[in-house]
This record gives sequence, structure tokens and C-alpha cells, in this order.
Amino acid sequence: MEASNNNIENYNSTEKQNDSSYGDEFIKGLWRENPVFVQVIGMCPVLAVSNTAVNALAMGVATAFVLLMSNILVSLLRNFIPKQVRIASYILIIATFVTLTDYAIQAISVDLHKSLGAFISLIVVNCLILSRSEAFASKNTVGKSIVDALGMGAGFILALFSLGAVRELLGSGSFFGFVLFPDAFQEWVIMILPAGGFFTLAAWLLIFNLIKQKRGLV
Amino acid sequence: MNNESLTQIFINACLVNNFVLAYFLGICPFLGVSGKIDTAGKMGAAVMFVMLISSICAYGINALLVAIDAPFLQLISYIVVIASMVQLVEMVIKKISPALFKALGIFLPLITTNCAILGLALFQTSKGYDFIQSIVYALGAGVGFMIALILISGLREQLDFAEVPSVMKGTVLTLIVAGILSLAFMGFSGLG
Repeated sequence: MEASNNNIENYNSTEKQNDSSYGDEFIKGLWRENPVFVQVIGMCPVLAVSNTAVNALAMGVATAFVLLMSNILVSLLRNFIPKQVRIASYILIIATFVTLTDYAIQAISVDLHKSLGAFISLIVVNCLILSRSEAFASKNTVGKSIVDALGMGAGFILALFSLGAVRELLGSGSFFGFVLFPDAFQEWVIMILPAGGFFTLAAWLLIFNLIKQKRGLV
Repeated sequence: MNNESLTQIFINACLVNNFVLAYFLGICPFLGVSGKIDTAGKMGAAVMFVMLISSICAYGINALLVAIDAPFLQLISYIVVIASMVQLVEMVIKKISPALFKALGIFLPLITTNCAILGLALFQTSKGYDFIQSIVYALGAGVGFMIALILISGLREQLDFAEVPSVMKGTVLTLIVAGILSLAFMGFSGLG
């Protein structure tokens, strides 16, 4: 419940910052309103495909691409979409780009497509994308929406990558597939398992909370 | 086609590959509405219900898409049909049984775009289940979701009385509890 309250506050502050500079919008997504660490949305792919750094990075880039394209289109169409059917239209737009991405990844690397599995298709229901369409792109110009999508996308990639890197490093003793530790290193198998995802995310959130508390923001 | 037995499908979907704790689907309601057992139970029931409906829809749509040879429309048609179907059922329930509507009402539109629902539809298609298998799969996934939700809400109700450092409160603590639950559910993996 705390998380959702947080989200509402964030949406409100987003609306207020409409006349802020482009640089501000970018930093907002990357750090101050980081979708994963601060707003705690779009959790499912974050936990599911962050078992290696490569998977995490690919998933982050795919999501960021869909976010960028749908933000652009929603922003372009913001004066044409009737208010009553806006959510349905956003979902249609997002689903189209996700289908595109799905086929593109399949064409680029079949292995990657296999290891990400259904989670590419599930970008459609990532609340991060719909929330940016609804809270930002439908109210702002194309330029602002692009910067917003880039910031949020970068923030999402950063979060996914920091989870994936930690889990791969501890869970299989490697980084991007390169073995880093000597043979004597006992791998923490739990980090690759689902439970490790929950624990790693909890640890990152804890660190963020500590930083916030130290700066007296809570 | 897939020739797993129905019990096998049910146990697999419900315990071994629990949607929340093993596949990470539907994390948002899992973290969001798991504060009280009462609400969690209702949410679980609503999810189970929507899963059944969407499983039936997905089976029909898939048959149609295979017939007209247009697999690229799968994702788009799934989400649109499931969303509108749920809306329709919601109206019907409102008319027929106001009590049931009151219990499930608020949650129905919320879970339409829950990734567990769409995930179920995609998984059953990729596994090639027939009609009966799909329904059993949806039931198993729904029951598994409900079990996970009720378990964690019970734990969270108890944790309300515990004294924890203020930095740990909220999401962090819930995630740690979820991690421990997920470890516990790994014990079921021998059943699969």
C-alpha cells in the first residue's frame, strides 16, 4: 500500500513539473523517480529475467524501446484519442510495438528470445509503460515525452542491470558470461533461483531507503 | 498437442510452478493488496475467476488465429478480447448478483491487465493444451495465486506487530517474506 501511495505522489509531482527543463525530466526518470527503486512499478520482468546480466540488459532495452515508441505515438495522438477509450487505445498502441519487438528479438538472436520467453510479450502489461502514457505522454508535447521515455527507460535499464549483475556475479560467479572468480568460489545458487530475485531487490530497496533516510527525505 | 495428465497439470500450475513465487507473474497485486487476509482472499477469488474466463477466450482466439494463419495478431487480440470479456462479465455479475459484485467488483477491472492473466493465456498456447487441459491449467494457476496471496497476507498481518527498523518497513520487508515463501515453495519441485 505504501508503494501505491508513493506512485500517486509521483504522478502528482510529474504533472507539476511540466514546464521544467529537458535535462530535469531525464534525471527525474533515471534517479529521483526511478521506476523500480522509487516508484516500485513494473516489478514482474524485473524479478523474472534478471538472473543474468545479459538477459537483464536485453529486457531493459526492449522495454525502453517500447516505452519510447508508445510515448511518442500517444503524445502525437493526444488530441485525437477520446477520453473514454484512452486506456484501450494506449494498450493497442503498446501491444503493436511489443509484437514488433518480439519478432525483432527473434530475428536477432533465437537464444535470447528463448531465455526471455514469454516475458517479452508480457511487456504489454508492464504498468510502467501504461503509467507513462497516461500520466505524462497524454498531457505533454512530443519532445518532452521523448525525454521522459528516455529517462524512465534508462532508469529501468539501470535497475534491471544492477539486479542482473549482482545475481549473476554471486549466483554463477561470472559477469556477461565471463568467469571472474577462481574455482574455489562457492556459487550462491539461491541467487539464480526465484527467491534470489526477491532478496536482491529487497537489498537494493534497502540501500535506497538508507540513502533517502540519511538525506532526511523520509 | 500435449499429453500431460490433468492432475499433473493442476499440481504443476498450482504448486511446482506457482505463478507468483516461481514465475514472478502478478507481483503488483501480490505486493499491493496483500495487507489483509480478507482482501487477499477476495482478490484471489477474482483472479481465479478472470483466469478461467481468459483461458476459455484464449483457446477460442488461438483456434481462430491458427485457422486464418495470423500468429502475429496473437498478443493484440488476446489482450483486447480478455479486457472486454472481463468488462462484459462484470456488467452481468452486477445485474445478476450484486453481493458477488460487491465482493469482487473493485478488483475485476484492476486485474484485467495483470500479467498473470496474459501470462496464463500465452503459456497455455505455447504448451499446446487442449480445451479441458487449458481449463484445468487456469484453475491450478488461480488456486496457486490465491494460496500465495493468502499466505503472504497472513504473514504480513503478523508482521504488523513486530518491531522492525524503519528503513525495512513496507516493500522491503514484503519482498524478503516473499523470498522466504518462494524458497519454501521450492520444496514442491519434487512433485512435478
